[in-house]
Amino acid sequence: MAGTLAEKVWQDHVVRKGSDGAPDLLYIDLHLVHEVTSPQAFEGLRLAGRKVRRPDLTLATEDHNTPTLDIDLPIADLTSRTQIDTLRKNAEEFGVRIHSLGDADQGIVHQVGPQLGLTMPGLTVVCGDSHTSTHGAFGALAFGIGTSEVEHVLATQTLPLAPFKTMAITVNGDLPPGATSKDIILAIIAKIGTGGGQGYVLEYRGEAIRKLSMEARMTVCNMSIEAGARAGMIAPDETTFDYLKGRPHAPEGADWDEAVEYWKTLRSDDDAVFDTEVVLEADDLEPFVTWGTNPGQGLPLSANVPVPEEIADENERVAAERAVEYMGLVPGAPLRDIAVDTVFIGSCTNGRIEDLRSVAKVLKGRKKADNVRVLVVPASARVRLQAEAEGLDEIFLDFGAEWRNAGCSMCLGMNPDQLAPGERSASTSNRNFEGRQGKGGRTHLVSPLVAAATAIRGTLSSLADLDLPEDVDLTSFDGTPLAPLDPRVPLQV
Amino acid sequence: MEKFATHTGVGVPLRRSNVDTDQIIPAVYLKRVTRTGFEDALFAAWRGDPEFVLNQEAYSSGSVLVAGPDFGTGSSREHAVWALKDYGFKAVLASRFADIFRGNSGKQGLLAAQLAQDDIEQIWKVLETEPGTEITVDLENRTVTCGSVVAPFQVDEYTRWRLMEGLDDIGLTLNHEEEITSFEATRGSWRPKALPAKHLPSVEIEAARPSV
Repeated sequence: MAGTLAEKVWQDHVVRKGSDGAPDLLYIDLHLVHEVTSPQAFEGLRLAGRKVRRPDLTLATEDHNTPTLDIDLPIADLTSRTQIDTLRKNAEEFGVRIHSLGDADQGIVHQVGPQLGLTMPGLTVVCGDSHTSTHGAFGALAFGIGTSEVEHVLATQTLPLAPFKTMAITVNGDLPPGATSKDIILAIIAKIGTGGGQGYVLEYRGEAIRKLSMEARMTVCNMSIEAGARAGMIAPDETTFDYLKGRPHAPEGADWDEAVEYWKTLRSDDDAVFDTEVVLEADDLEPFVTWGTNPGQGLPLSANVPVPEEIADENERVAAERAVEYMGLVPGAPLRDIAVDTVFIGSCTNGRIEDLRSVAKVLKGRKKADNVRVLVVPASARVRLQAEAEGLDEIFLDFGAEWRNAGCSMCLGMNPDQLAPGERSASTSNRNFEGRQGKGGRTHLVSPLVAAATAIRGTLSSLADLDLPEDVDLTSFDGTPLAPLDPRVPLQV
Repeated sequence: MEKFATHTGVGVPLRRSNVDTDQIIPAVYLKRVTRTGFEDALFAAWRGDPEFVLNQEAYSSGSVLVAGPDFGTGSSREHAVWALKDYGFKAVLASRFADIFRGNSGKQGLLAAQLAQDDIEQIWKVLETEPGTEITVDLENRTVTCGSVVAPFQVDEYTRWRLMEGLDDIGLTLNHEEEITSFEATRGSWRPKALPAKHLPSVEIEAARPSV
């Protein structure tokens, strides 16, 4: 029978088929763990006298609480320190591999899995973090889980799950210059709404998606959860295989050949039926920004702040009124006139090497706007090393930005990197909820290119506002091709 | 887990849509390593506002939250469910729930009952006209009663059965341990293992310092 990508991966992991309305029992190939959502799960195991069933399929990193400055000193916030110490103790007690702060493989969990080559097509990947959807970019079925489920996976390496519905999101055409994969996903969320994907696995397909690099695909899948979907997937292809080959945990020899042969079958059959289909034209996309307090409240940068009274739906109107007030915006004013205090470049959405390269390309030789604080936070320590090997850190520092150590940082403000009440950011992260980046903070979600242009001008801006040629090649500097991100080669630092 | 059959308690009208888990419990409260004691963190950013519904005496002892559509979106934090439970909530009624929140609720014995938005609006009216009105949530018959409003709700059959029996998921799964072991024997050797650990050579990471 014809099947979608998601259904194929699902079928290959059914340990036990549910009957009479009971869920299927699904095997989990890779369980990623971090300090915030795991302590109560390990405690549950201890109280029940249970072990971690498969420590060899489990990987822990420290990311949410970790400071991005002075990482060689004891963590100043005692509750953060306790949470991280707890993860370290649990990892040791239960035999789980951990990459701690200061380790070259530490970083945001959704960067660490892929860069180590642990994330692969055809896997089931879970983590107590909703942005686990990122790993779907490889053709894995990857989704966030709660702490009870973390405990369940630790104890059994399985999860009871009711099947998802499937939604195909086809993105045709070519992205215009200055628009990025972030703009694709922000436009999708604005189109289908923050609840549009509830109950679905999204499959992104079409010409514009095929042309994206692995890292750009990760940005798209990362924000599936902001569209309400637990998971988003992209069928694997040569781009995926090229990214994986030679990484530390990628299969080798006959295993590699067997894997690739299987991975090539992981695509939705031509006659597969999706429960819902959505189509988007990439050619029409412009840089997108959010104006409100949920990720669906986004518009092209050339638009104006919405006027709530003009919104017909009552719930949406009330939400818009509240959002405009919280965000301190003037209805009807151009989005381009909004001045920001902070530009945050980082997170599991846009903290990878390609993001940093594209930002550096725009910032090179320029100075930041006065009164704007610019934070550049790589997604992982390896990304930081790579950026330094390419000289990007010098470009950021010359520009007037702060070049930080790796972690989740200001995306959610669990560490000291926060907005003050009333402060406004342009942020390459994934959530613009009230207080997300600090109590009373105001967040506009943007692409790395919009973040860079905004850091230069001090108001929400795109490349079109700079005196850059419109077709600026964002993959290289000064015409000199950049060495590809090749983690197989140890960096000379 | 405690068995859930019916519950009667004061209804709390929360007339907001898209209440994300950052609003239910802000990230700063997620640093604790315990599973209880989160009642003070529930809706922390809104609790300072005297107008906020839980700050009104008639509703403050509420145990059935009646929320707008898309409740529990965003972060997967189960702390959102713990905070609601610790405050005293036994059930949340809404016309749409985020998937992860709904799953987390089921694991923790908090009933996420899905009603038609029209019925939610009716219940809001009753609760706002007569603050302190109790709601009865009958899981066996899948109905909600609030004043003269009687409305059906949806909850998936498996979650309903587990809640009514008070069953622990891990225990249920471990009944099938042999099947898990057999499945493991069929997995391809290309599938990744985190152990033994492989990585590039370790490099010392320089600590960034505050800019002067």
